[in-house]
Amino acid sequence: MKKQKRIHILFTLPMVALFFTFHTFPLIRGLMYSVTNFKGFGSYDFVGLSNYIELFKDERVLNSYVFTFKFAIVCTIVVNILSMCLALLLNSKIKAKGFFRGMYFLPNILGGLIVGYIFNYIFTFIVPEFGKMVGNETLSVSILGNTSLAWIGVVIVVAWQSIAFNTIIYISGLQTVPEDVYEAGAIDGATGWKRFWKLTFPLIAPFFTINMVLCMRNFLMVFDQIMSLTNGGPAQSTESISMLIYKAGMTADQFGYQSANSVIYFVVIVLISLFQMKVLNKREVQL
Amino acid sequence: MRTKKEKKNIWMTLLLAVGLVTILFPLYMTIVIAFKNPSDMTTNIAGLLSLPKEWSFHNFIEAIETTNFFHTLWNSFVITAGAVIGVIFLNSIAAYAIGRNMAKSKYFKGIYLYFICGMFVPFSMLMLPLVKEVSIMGLDNRFGLILLYIVFNMPINTLLYTGYLKNIPIALEEAAYVDGANHWTVFWKVIFPMMKPMHATVAIMTALSTWNDVMMPLVILSGGDESSTTLPLAQLLFQSTFGTNYNVAFASYLLALLPILIFYLFAQKAIINGVTNGAVK
Repeated sequence: MKKQKRIHILFTLPMVALFFTFHTFPLIRGLMYSVTNFKGFGSYDFVGLSNYIELFKDERVLNSYVFTFKFAIVCTIVVNILSMCLALLLNSKIKAKGFFRGMYFLPNILGGLIVGYIFNYIFTFIVPEFGKMVGNETLSVSILGNTSLAWIGVVIVVAWQSIAFNTIIYISGLQTVPEDVYEAGAIDGATGWKRFWKLTFPLIAPFFTINMVLCMRNFLMVFDQIMSLTNGGPAQSTESISMLIYKAGMTADQFGYQSANSVIYFVVIVLISLFQMKVLNKREVQL
Repeated sequence: MRTKKEKKNIWMTLLLAVGLVTILFPLYMTIVIAFKNPSDMTTNIAGLLSLPKEWSFHNFIEAIETTNFFHTLWNSFVITAGAVIGVIFLNSIAAYAIGRNMAKSKYFKGIYLYFICGMFVPFSMLMLPLVKEVSIMGLDNRFGLILLYIVFNMPINTLLYTGYLKNIPIALEEAAYVDGANHWTVFWKVIFPMMKPMHATVAIMTALSTWNDVMMPLVILSGGDESSTTLPLAQLLFQSTFGTNYNVAFASYLLALLPILIFYLFAQKAIINGVTNGAVK
């Protein structure tokens, strides 16, 4: 038994070594850079916590947090409502069920960057033409050029891809609800909306939790779609936190400063994930 | 009663069919624009939406030449295949050792938590130091990317593999030991084949995320090896070359989407199952 343990430790060593080298080590380096004025090249000095203090006064940083959160919250709500509806439809007694499920899942397998380019064209050329046709002034110009509307474009594109994924999760949730629950509910008069709210929803609550947590986490890390849709513009109004760290850290000599930003970002993600799991787990019902 | 039920089904089916427009419209636009001649592009709504006057393959030829399509396709293929093989092998063997020992050993419980905690770390947090480290090590190329994908998939796969391992009775291994098998053979001949359904899930999740990933190649290859460029990244790098020639750009997008669309056409069930298992388990 002792020998088994020793050999099993050997089994884990390659992964532990790789993980430490390419995950933990850069994490530690990031923490170290975050208290320096490193530009990404040349020499640097220890500056204490001044990077962290600066962050809270930096309008570009604050704006990126506001945008990222606004986007993530709205997108999470939109995606969950629509994918729940779609899942209910796709799970009901319809024709060509397999075909529809396959089609509605399609957006999820496509790369976010390319999808962003395609929608960029639609928002820039097709939607404005349509807007002119119906005589709507706001829609007659590209929403991607409008600082107060561009973020909605990002929501639409990201939701288009995520709904596909979340719907599949909800469908697998709906399939765990046994038919006799509905039959028993029908006797007690639970039909329609009441049936969904009092019976279906509590029973698929674990899947709701998964979707909420996954959505929030993914959306807070949004990058690809923005890269091709708006590139953070106009006037940095759609610059997500990931994008800011990438742009300013890699190309604008803010290596140390953006490392501090990424530490804050990391703490925020951890806190939100923990909070969500705690709150949402309370609501689940065991069958 | 029966007729009423059937009627309802048809309405729902119709609703879903109408809804498909939202899925298919962007794809329709991509195909139409990719096949049109630049002179065929008008600005009024009917012209924008219409089918091409003549289906031209010229855009595709130009896109293939400008983006060096076959080269980037090959890169994406090598990186994805390498990542999938590496992940299945290295992640599963580590997760096997962890899963079988973590109940009774602090070391294994410790590395289990160590890997799992990695899930909370956003890539952007590691990005800046990682780029420096990888370029110093000379790994800013395809091989480096494969290694990184193996590392960054470990947290989720630890969860998936150790979870799946609970369903495999330990008696099988004990029987193999009695027959004189060593630890390596037990893993390779008994456990590894038994984890096949989980390998499928892991392979599909890894393949999709690796194939479509932009951020990792973007930052890792930024300083070094341009010849390692992947298929999606090439679309970003060639934006300025495409300029306002949307026809060539869309031909290039369509070419970049084609491999995964073909893959989806043939392995649709497996992909949907894989993605679902990965998220729900």
